[in-house]
Amino acid sequence: MKQNDVILQSVTRVAVVIILTFSFYLFMNGHHHPGGGFIGGLSTAAAIVLLYLSFGIDKVRENIRMDFKKLAAIGVLIAIGTGMTSVIFGKPFLTQAFDYFNLPIFGKTELASALIFDTGVALAVIGTAVNIILSISEDR
Amino acid sequence: MNNLLIAPVVLPLIIGMVLIIFHTNIKLQRVLSLIALLATSAVSVLLINQIHQQGIQTLQLGGWEAPYGISFVGDMFSALLLLATSIVAVCCLIYAFTTMGRKQQKLYFYPLFLFLVTGVNGSFLTGDLFNLYVFFELFLVSSYVLITFGGEKRQLRESLKYIFTNIISSAFFLMGVAYLYSITGTLNLADLSLKIAEVGQDGLITTVAFLFLIVFALKAGLLLFFWLPGSYSVPPTAIAAIFAALLTKVGIYAIFRMFTLIFYHEPQITHWFIGILAALTMILGGLGAIGFWDLKKILTYNVVISVGFIVAGLVSLTSAGITGSIYYLIHDMIIKALIFLIGGTVIHLTGTSDLKEISGLIRRHPGLGWMFFLAALSMVGIPPLSGFLGKVFITRGTFEGGYFWLGAIGLVASLFILYSMMKLFMNAFWGEMKLSEEEELGTTKGLILPIVLLTVVSLALGIGAEGIACYVTQAAEELLNPSLYIQAVFD
Repeated sequence: MKQNDVILQSVTRVAVVIILTFSFYLFMNGHHHPGGGFIGGLSTAAAIVLLYLSFGIDKVRENIRMDFKKLAAIGVLIAIGTGMTSVIFGKPFLTQAFDYFNLPIFGKTELASALIFDTGVALAVIGTAVNIILSISEDR
Repeated sequence: MNNLLIAPVVLPLIIGMVLIIFHTNIKLQRVLSLIALLATSAVSVLLINQIHQQGIQTLQLGGWEAPYGISFVGDMFSALLLLATSIVAVCCLIYAFTTMGRKQQKLYFYPLFLFLVTGVNGSFLTGDLFNLYVFFELFLVSSYVLITFGGEKRQLRESLKYIFTNIISSAFFLMGVAYLYSITGTLNLADLSLKIAEVGQDGLITTVAFLFLIVFALKAGLLLFFWLPGSYSVPPTAIAAIFAALLTKVGIYAIFRMFTLIFYHEPQITHWFIGILAALTMILGGLGAIGFWDLKKILTYNVVISVGFIVAGLVSLTSAGITGSIYYLIHDMIIKALIFLIGGTVIHLTGTSDLKEISGLIRRHPGLGWMFFLAALSMVGIPPLSGFLGKVFITRGTFEGGYFWLGAIGLVASLFILYSMMKLFMNAFWGEMKLSEEEELGTTKGLILPIVLLTVVSLALGIGAEGIACYVTQAAEELLNPSLYIQAVFD
């Protein structure tokens, strides 16, 4: 019997956008307030898993052509990479740098290398979380 | 600040991550993982030199000063263990090249192997209790996967026990960390040591010390070794060898660190109790080693005996005892990897691990047989082989510390080792040749190199003991003077 999941699919279409926006907010907010790469990545993963649940693995795989295992590895590499940059400059491993810049639209903005580190964390979390769900679903 | 300290953790981690991306290219995996481990060995040699000349090295991660940030601390004890770890890992990796199936090698074997080494190295280097927990989890999670490699029925059964045991002990670990944090308000090992020295080690802290003892005893196989013979005898040889050589040793390292740096104020309670555990471990392990007729079982019970023996040196808390423990710990890492690889090769040749069915291997494989004989003698502690100095110093230490019974049991345990190893040698290598060349299931081609390497290292350790004496003495001195460690972290 074919399941009728029109409601789920319609809700998902809207909800995924909201979840992704919120997770981006969480991600950016994490620099000075609660949030950050880990939780931002986790909620992004939640959005992706929701897509998998409502549209089926094959359909989503057609549209998001990405190996999540590799995504996780790349995330960790980015995170370690920012740590290693500080080693090149002769500072302790993982030392972060930040400075204020005058950007055209945003005005005076703080740019921090922690953001790149956090991006790595987020990618690693997304990769791992989605991968866990996919592995469970592929049970033979 | 010394950024070299992070290299043994970061190198295998980066290479492991890169290998996840290229997991189908076996040749690249082999080359890169070998390079990563060789580089780690080189770094640990550099570290040993630096520590020897400039004292304990530290690194405050991210530039956050201790006790607020995470410190990495390399003292001589850690550095020596790092070097031994790298040597063992390189040899097991070379052994895995030929013994692991191609399909398994593509299934992320090399990345997991490297993550295991990352976790072990990190545990040796970190100066933060919670960070220690994280590195423990890192190598445990890798070992969970590695132990099931091959997916045989008994592997899955044993790995289930292994995982349950370790999850429970990790939960206790976390509880201990929480207790200690609520009592002292810090998790930096050096700061913990300071705070506990200030307020004194009262009953509550001693209880927490026992909680940590349970956790690390479970990981090290100190009396709580019920999971060990099963789970160390199921994985493929290369993996079993690195488990036997490294994983219990990390537990022992943690016991040493905690009970020389933090909980050293009430040795008549804690260390005496550890002594009883060590004695029981040696006796029970010895009984297991002489009782079984299964090659893998005998070898795993020998792992258990040596755990008890190494810890006996800690119990004495004398410089002779600790020196002996460090000697014996390094020797044991090398030698356990060696005999597991030889045992695995024997099984590879004959297809059985039942000693009664194996016979006369030395006629066709004299090299293998004599290397096993050397390893056996070295485990028993025949001079001038590598186990000798460790045994002498540990026994002297226990006698000096007044633990005559413990030293005596240690010596009796040596006899157990001698009996079990000679039983193995005489049954498997002597006697009538049962298998002709054609009947053997495999060849030793490609398997001998890592075995020879380890034998050479073990011989060098024994004959060149004088050469490393200054390093080992320094390590023992640093362990017995927590103030050196604390000073290094806070300066």
